[in-house]
Amino acid sequence: MISRLLSALITLLGVITLVFFLIHFIPGDPVEYILGDSARPADRNALRLQLGLDQPLLQQYSSYLINLLSLDLGRSLHSNQSVTALLAERFPATLELALAAFLIAVTIAVPLGVMAARRRGTAWDSSAMTMSLLGVSIPNFWLGPMLILLFSLWLGWTPVSGREQAGSLILPAITLGASLSAVLARMVRSTLLEVLNEDYIRTARAKGLKESSVIWRHALMNAMLPVVTLLGLQLGALLAGAVITETVFSWPGIGSLLIESIQKRDYPLVQGCVLLVAVSYLLINTTTDLLYQLLDPRIRTP
Amino acid sequence: MDKPVLQINNLTTSIGRGGDRVVPVSNVSFQIRQDETMALLGESGCGKSMTALSIMRLLPPSAEITDGDIMLEQSHLLDLSERAMRAERGGRVGMIFQEPMTSLNPVMTVGRQIGEAVKLHDADNRKRVMERVEELLDDVGIPDPARRMHEYPHQLSGGMKQRIMIAMALAGRPRLLIADEPTTALDVTIQAQVLQLMKQLQQQTGMAILLITHDLGVVAEVADRVGIMYAGEIVETADVADFFSQPRHPYSQRLFEALPTPQKRNRPLQAIEGQVPPLNAEFGGCRFVDRCPYAQTLCREQIPQWRGDQNSGYRCHFEDAGSSDAVATEEFELAEESIQGDTRAQALLDVTDLKVWFPIRKGVFHRTVGHVRAVDGVDLNLSTGKTLALVGESGCGKTTAGKGILQLIRPTAGSVMFNGEELTQLKGRALRKRRADIQLIFQDPASSMNPRMTVEEIIAEGLVVQGVGREQRQLRIAEILDQVGLPGDAVGRYPHEFSGGQRQRIAIARALILEPQLIICDEPTSALDVSVQAQILNLLKELQQQRQISYLFITHNLAVVSYLADDVAVMYLGRIVEQGSVEQILDEPLHPYTQALLSAVPVPDPDSKREVIRLQGDMPSPANPPSGCYFHPRCPQAMDECRRSYPAGREMDDGRRLSCHLV
Repeated sequence: MISRLLSALITLLGVITLVFFLIHFIPGDPVEYILGDSARPADRNALRLQLGLDQPLLQQYSSYLINLLSLDLGRSLHSNQSVTALLAERFPATLELALAAFLIAVTIAVPLGVMAARRRGTAWDSSAMTMSLLGVSIPNFWLGPMLILLFSLWLGWTPVSGREQAGSLILPAITLGASLSAVLARMVRSTLLEVLNEDYIRTARAKGLKESSVIWRHALMNAMLPVVTLLGLQLGALLAGAVITETVFSWPGIGSLLIESIQKRDYPLVQGCVLLVAVSYLLINTTTDLLYQLLDPRIRTP
Repeated sequence: MDKPVLQINNLTTSIGRGGDRVVPVSNVSFQIRQDETMALLGESGCGKSMTALSIMRLLPPSAEITDGDIMLEQSHLLDLSERAMRAERGGRVGMIFQEPMTSLNPVMTVGRQIGEAVKLHDADNRKRVMERVEELLDDVGIPDPARRMHEYPHQLSGGMKQRIMIAMALAGRPRLLIADEPTTALDVTIQAQVLQLMKQLQQQTGMAILLITHDLGVVAEVADRVGIMYAGEIVETADVADFFSQPRHPYSQRLFEALPTPQKRNRPLQAIEGQVPPLNAEFGGCRFVDRCPYAQTLCREQIPQWRGDQNSGYRCHFEDAGSSDAVATEEFELAEESIQGDTRAQALLDVTDLKVWFPIRKGVFHRTVGHVRAVDGVDLNLSTGKTLALVGESGCGKTTAGKGILQLIRPTAGSVMFNGEELTQLKGRALRKRRADIQLIFQDPASSMNPRMTVEEIIAEGLVVQGVGREQRQLRIAEILDQVGLPGDAVGRYPHEFSGGQRQRIAIARALILEPQLIICDEPTSALDVSVQAQILNLLKELQQQRQISYLFITHNLAVVSYLADDVAVMYLGRIVEQGSVEQILDEPLHPYTQALLSAVPVPDPDSKREVIRLQGDMPSPANPPSGCYFHPRCPQAMDECRRSYPAGREMDDGRRLSCHLV
């Protein structure tokens, strides 16, 4: 456990360092964004001094780290609001979207994968796999607008964008969940097919169990072991990768915040967003490991 | 005793359709009565398991039963609905399988897995499932069942898992138990326990047992009647006593002749040449004709009729094929001098106090908290042109010892002198050069060869390393292929194009090409059928004679040892407990473990009245060996002294080495 914590800290430090220097090397100046092109050089210098941007990069870096030790993420260069407050305001939206997408993916993928595996080689199997191939190949920036066109503009069933109205979660969640459910369905199918060839499945059948009990009780439990690992990684990717979907649907989450802050070269805010995503990733991975231990007695008990 | 529990008539099962259609079970008929054990004997691919799965109606999706009738007591199983058949599976018909290690669901406690069967098939106990599970575990001899039922399969040993499988089958109070190679994956001492358990349960319940096996010894041990299968057909059925005194079908006779025994030491084994015919064609004659030494034109042109009745008979054109010495058995005697051997043979390999320990690491800094003492002080001597067998049960460290000698794993301590050179001190180029003299043959030839390399590339690799030129290589390869009995056109083909026996020949060719002085053979025949095993053993013996190669033969198969070895070392939990000549060890074992090991081997003779010394429990973990003599917790004759100190190895009057306080 201690070694895991240690490696998590090293990972985080690496992420912070990398992001800090990369964002500073991108051409562009936050002062220019705040004051505009026509500002006088004196005003610019004054603002630069005020924001601490005049100091050498290494010093900025070390003072950022020192502040971080007391959990101070700094203030937005633009709005002067604390980064922590901004993140706290936006994170629930991202979490909500990620979980909804995740749930949609799992509810579609597991039954679909099981069905395809049980009817291997039939038309059911091939149409399920064709659907999933489509799901993987269609990019979010195309699927999102198409869904808006169909359900919001033509049918008028759902709101176009934003998060204020009821039902506004549906389309972004489907957009985000589609590709995950496609990957997941394929994986459920292939691991289940593998497990169905195992000797203990033959034992379960020889016991006189119904085929449905054989599948859901004996096979799926074992097939889920590798799937859980994938799920953990994917949930992390959902939290981080909602950038496009959030932008398409103007969803007020971390993804759109990140895009905005990069555009404005709002350094502390960019770092705060990335740090938050990294921490969530680490947390989810640890949870996945623990869950895996819970599911697999071979790891839990010596 | 009169009414048959199982009656099979003209069962035919086929797999696939059209041109790919294979018929693995063809026109099979037999019956089993109450209290009776019928063995279905045959080599791999002859249709035994498919017959069993047909009875259970658990065939793979591509297979179907195309003809015949299966009656279990009064019911025609093939007419039942799937729903009604489910009630029979695990109910009146229980089944256990070859691999107890993989036959249990790894993420479910064994108690729950047995409980499922109780809930399905035992209406009386549906209210008290867990109590019933405990009783069942007790019945199959699991110690401390209340605790064990909450454990997962990986926490139990192989023998215990097979007991769990038996308990699961017993939950439905079966009338018929189908046991598909139930002890093949187990060590002999554990095999003896499981076979005895099956016998004892049969006496209590009167169930009929269909035992599927390839081991004549197991048949002699537990079966009442036997059916021999060859290429999808039953070619002979008989009472066990009759079968062992006078096998009627030429195939049955060949099986006996292919068995390695001490009596056959001085001559080659009678291998059954050729292979089982493919089962996708119509047969116009006898299926064994291509491998039968008595075959005549008639055998090719007409399908032989069954002689006798269903319980005792055989399928052959001739009434007494092979019983007269119609065909002289070619006993090309091995050269006399090599058998006598040179008693003053030069020592080739001298291993002293070899230790291979694996550290157990824990915590953040991977501190070493203990050691798995896989090999814990082993002494071995091997002379030029001789064979030393290293025997012991799985997990005793025999394979690790072999690797330690070869320096594939660097030994923790000890010395390995090979031709007067200390191998443990050699490094880099010098070690690689020396390795050419010591070669290795593995158990599973299929997985020990790169599937994407041709036979030529596989064999040539060693020569390339040693810097032999291209033309020279081709010459040597052609020569070696001829010697191991492979066709010359094998060079351009890939390993998967060959049968198991042929692949082992490739492995031998690969080892031989470097003209080694020592070959370490790690269970080289245990993945092979008896008839093929005989071919490989013959080849190894012949090569030894021609080239004075020494073999370190790592095996658990004592029949092979008795046929091939000059000296035997018996290993238990990382240490040699007894070492001597093959006659000393096999005929007059002194160590209680050697005695128990030998007594547990089933003898292919139903009249042998040997007493099996049954060892309790399993081998302890080499990470935490018992105090005193490692064997004392399982030793039937342990004394106080055995608990206190490990007995030092002593040389006995007859020259053998022994580590035991008793003698």
